[in-house]
Amino acid sequence: MKPYIALSIEDLSFSYSGKKALDQISFGIQTGRCTLLLGPNGAGKSTLFSLITRLYDTRNGRIELCGFDIKRQTRKALAKLGVVFQQPTLDLDLTVMQNLRYHTALHGMPRKLASERIQQELERLDMYERRFEKIRQLNGGHRRRVEIARALLHQPTLLLLDEPTVGLDVPSRHVIVDYVHRLAADENIAVLWASHLIDEIYANDELIVLHKGRIKAKGIIDEVLKITNAATIKEAFFSLTQGEQA
Amino acid sequence: MNIMHYWRAMWGIIWRECWRFVTQRERFISALVRPLIWLFVFAAGFRSALGLAISPPYETYILYEVYITPGLIGMIQLFNGMQSSLSMVYDREMGSMRILMVCPLPRWFLLLSKLLAGTAVSILQVYVFLAIARLYEIEAPWQGYLWILPALTLSGLMLGSLGLLLSSFIKQLENFAGVMNFVIFPMFFMSTALYPLWKIKESSILLHNLAHYNPFSQAVELTRFALYGQFNQNAFVYTLLAFIAFMTAAIVGYNPSKGMMTRKGGSS
Repeated sequence: MKPYIALSIEDLSFSYSGKKALDQISFGIQTGRCTLLLGPNGAGKSTLFSLITRLYDTRNGRIELCGFDIKRQTRKALAKLGVVFQQPTLDLDLTVMQNLRYHTALHGMPRKLASERIQQELERLDMYERRFEKIRQLNGGHRRRVEIARALLHQPTLLLLDEPTVGLDVPSRHVIVDYVHRLAADENIAVLWASHLIDEIYANDELIVLHKGRIKAKGIIDEVLKITNAATIKEAFFSLTQGEQA
Repeated sequence: MNIMHYWRAMWGIIWRECWRFVTQRERFISALVRPLIWLFVFAAGFRSALGLAISPPYETYILYEVYITPGLIGMIQLFNGMQSSLSMVYDREMGSMRILMVCPLPRWFLLLSKLLAGTAVSILQVYVFLAIARLYEIEAPWQGYLWILPALTLSGLMLGSLGLLLSSFIKQLENFAGVMNFVIFPMFFMSTALYPLWKIKESSILLHNLAHYNPFSQAVELTRFALYGQFNQNAFVYTLLAFIAFMTAAIVGYNPSKGMMTRKGGSS
């Protein structure tokens, strides 16, 4: 399938009580690839995600999801969006199945279709056998897998992931990073992944480096290295953010 | 976006809320213990201290336990409404509220569904309470148990929407203690839940006026009359208007363009 722009952001600014969190940022995200949003704490990543998901109002600038303006065509835009938030959002006292069914209900899916999609997504993440277990009984990595499965149930075009591997061990992180990269390529989904872990970047990923609410660099790894005259992406990141920790 | 989408989403939200309630056994028991203590301990103790004249909807002298039963029903719904708002603040802090807010349905509909879910839970509690009260020989006419269903729905919606409105203002879970002190207690004690209006008037005109205009009093009176097969029109209109006012304000409060959500930033 031909790639197209799933997310377009133009001149977006946002302030908290006069303090600028995002300052006139513009970029586009294409389907079929992963775009890593890198930035130290306080760079504006979570604010950007809150604006894309319409938890905050867009007052300055424009956000379009698959051609739908998030402010004017909110529901059409949100129907195209799958999100994994940084904080866990599963109901611990419900089973995997019950959590996913709740999500399919919110997206208005008929029961049969919902069952098929749940099976499909859980099988892809090796979680189908555990569908009747309560979330409380699962470890952090498995909970994240359930959240990713949930975000994909309604077959979104854009998948937002806000630091989904924070607090996970190395094997769990590897499974998730690898799965999401394959997903983007195989399903022609656009992925916007906020991260502060440089080892999660693959060679052909797009990078956006955000610092103090401004975009410092964007492009594939080679382009970012060229702009910064750096040998590694770690060096490039440090020079763009004046040495602040990611 | 079709009507079935709305229907499935609403049932999904109601089902989740009811299921959570029945599986959280401690919550179920504590929701019942509170009004039962009031009924079996407080009301039994006050029975001899308070004399009640015959006043509508009662056609004969009644025991104090009978009088406060609708008040305790109101108490169940008041606490449940506030508990729902507490869970909204908790959900928002914990993030699960975000999942609800990013689904492709209008925000007013999601809030209304959440409210209906909370009301369904409170009605469940009320019927269990009434069944226990009946065993204690606090009885209403059989058809009364049916008549209170619409009354309970409206009063549950009104008290739930008040909770919803408060939750849109409360930034952190810790601030919720204030709701107990400044909303639940004044609303409950300055009402007709524990004593009739004419009795309050005997001791204080100001208190009488406050109790009279307290929407909680009107919700209690609506239930009291319905329990005896009567329709209290004033209480109905007042409760309905209070529901519309609280709900409208809550929707504005949760609107990202207009309400409190714009101010709930935090760090990026």
